[in-house]
Amino acid sequence: MPGPRSGRSVRLLGRVGGPGLVVTYLSLLVVLPVAALLSHALSGGLGAFWHAVSQPEAVAALKLTLWCSLAVAAFNAVAGLVIAWVLVRDDFRGKGVVNAVIDLPFALPTVVAGLTLLTLYGPDSPFHVDVANTPVGILLALAFVTLPFSVRSVQPVLAELDRETEEAAASLGATPAAVLRRVILPGLAPAMLAGAGLAFARALGEFGSVVLISGNIPFKTEVASSWIYSLSQSDDLSGAAAISVVLVATALVVLVGIGFLRRRFDISEAA
Amino acid sequence: MPHLSHATVSRKTRVATVAALLGASLAAAVAMPSVAGAAGGTVNLVAYSTPKPAYAALITAFEATPAGQGVTFAQSYGASGSQATSVVDGLPADVVNFSLAPDMQKLVKAGLVSSRWDDTPTKGMVTDSIVTFIVRKGNPKHITNWASLVKSGVRVITPNPFSSGSAKWNIMAAYGAELAQGKSKAEARNYVKELLAHTTSQPTSASNALEEFLSGEGDVLIDYEDDALYAQRKGEPISIVTPPNTILIQNPIAVTTSPSDPTAAKAFEAFLLSTAGQKIWAEQGYRPVLANVASQFRFATPKKIFTIASLGGWTKVDSTFFTPGTGTVATIEQSLGVSTAGG
Repeated sequence: MPGPRSGRSVRLLGRVGGPGLVVTYLSLLVVLPVAALLSHALSGGLGAFWHAVSQPEAVAALKLTLWCSLAVAAFNAVAGLVIAWVLVRDDFRGKGVVNAVIDLPFALPTVVAGLTLLTLYGPDSPFHVDVANTPVGILLALAFVTLPFSVRSVQPVLAELDRETEEAAASLGATPAAVLRRVILPGLAPAMLAGAGLAFARALGEFGSVVLISGNIPFKTEVASSWIYSLSQSDDLSGAAAISVVLVATALVVLVGIGFLRRRFDISEAA
Repeated sequence: MPHLSHATVSRKTRVATVAALLGASLAAAVAMPSVAGAAGGTVNLVAYSTPKPAYAALITAFEATPAGQGVTFAQSYGASGSQATSVVDGLPADVVNFSLAPDMQKLVKAGLVSSRWDDTPTKGMVTDSIVTFIVRKGNPKHITNWASLVKSGVRVITPNPFSSGSAKWNIMAAYGAELAQGKSKAEARNYVKELLAHTTSQPTSASNALEEFLSGEGDVLIDYEDDALYAQRKGEPISIVTPPNTILIQNPIAVTTSPSDPTAAKAFEAFLLSTAGQKIWAEQGYRPVLANVASQFRFATPKKIFTIASLGGWTKVDSTFFTPGTGTVATIEQSLGVSTAGG
């Protein structure tokens, strides 16, 4: 009888094979490369590592990348919520098309995205919006590539959100603003945070879409990934690895922090 | 049953067709080597990105020569520094062509290219070029020389010297041009600082730089002459201004120490350096390294063309100017960054 046997094998996979497979897969794809990166970064010793990450140009690039990524994650958290809201709660012609368009930034090769943004918002802009060679250009490119994270992490949660609670709150006299603040946002906050975390991590390492529009001027518009590229081209691979480790560590701290915050939200939700 | 018989016939026909096709392709496969003669083999060509269109013409011409018949090519193009690193890391390479000699030295260090690679009649070089200026069509900003690049309101694009080989040529052209005019080293260094202060963009590569310039960025793009001529041939709306003092760009070539097919690799290198090969290079905008070919083409004639050797050679120049963090250019970028951050 195939039924019970397959059921048992699924359970077996879950109990024994599952974790093993997951660990192996994650090791090959994520843990090993990151470990290799770390060992590469420390190949010259701690002194060389510190020297690489404390160079003025590296510090300037890291600072710029950090604040741009934070700003874009925060901005897109709000923009993503608004877009998800319209897609879930409103009905309009062409909604399916809009829904599909959200994911395009993922499909477009980032270098093509960069060139397109430069053509539209550079010196020859048809709308006379020239943000090339400025941090605004960097923000624009990062906002473009991270938008899908922000929308897609909120959208399904918003669709599942219990509207009766909102209606009950409204019928008990809560203003729309109060409903948003006390009922809707708490339910969506974990999803928004998750989206912001992903957007932030992606923005930290983004290269292709940024380099063309940023102008790549050292100390002004040079992002960390571009400085890493320069180091690798100048044959300083351990220096390049060192800066990468800082980016990976920053992303890890932020993602773990967000995980912690989300659990806090879930607990307060349950209480 | 006519229906069935029809089916049988058509199946038979199909079988016959397949057999005939198989036979023909088998015959072709057997015949191919004898048609191709003694040549054949594969050449793994690894080069920097700008000569890609030139190689398309060169390979076609080479395959029409007796030595090139039946030779197949695996080609890889990219940023010169990346390409050298890839070869050291195991990218198959039989013939290598970089934008500047230090990238060849990476392969020498790894034992992949003989240390005597530059001991040839052309000193290991396959093409020459010069550093030149690309400006908007009609030269609206009246760019004539290096001094006009640092006039107020002139926006300069040159790639980032730490990520692009072509930018290193550009910086050394600027520096050497000052020395050629009798300026001191300190004055020349100061000029480079002024020039970098006028850059509104330092793209990661020469090809990114050209793309940015063509999309409307900047007033002047400092670039290889061959790249400028290529853009002009494609009909881009640009003008070329040759500075009165500029550097001779020299692009190295070598066959690696253990090529997959030594005969084919050496034959291809020999073709690139032959009169016929050099003519094609010249048609593609590169300055030939053979004097008898160079005399047949008319390239722009600056007042003075100096070499990297006259500035101390790449090994010395690379460590003095382009060491990340401590080199002259790094120090200049740092002082510019600090001065703008402070005020």
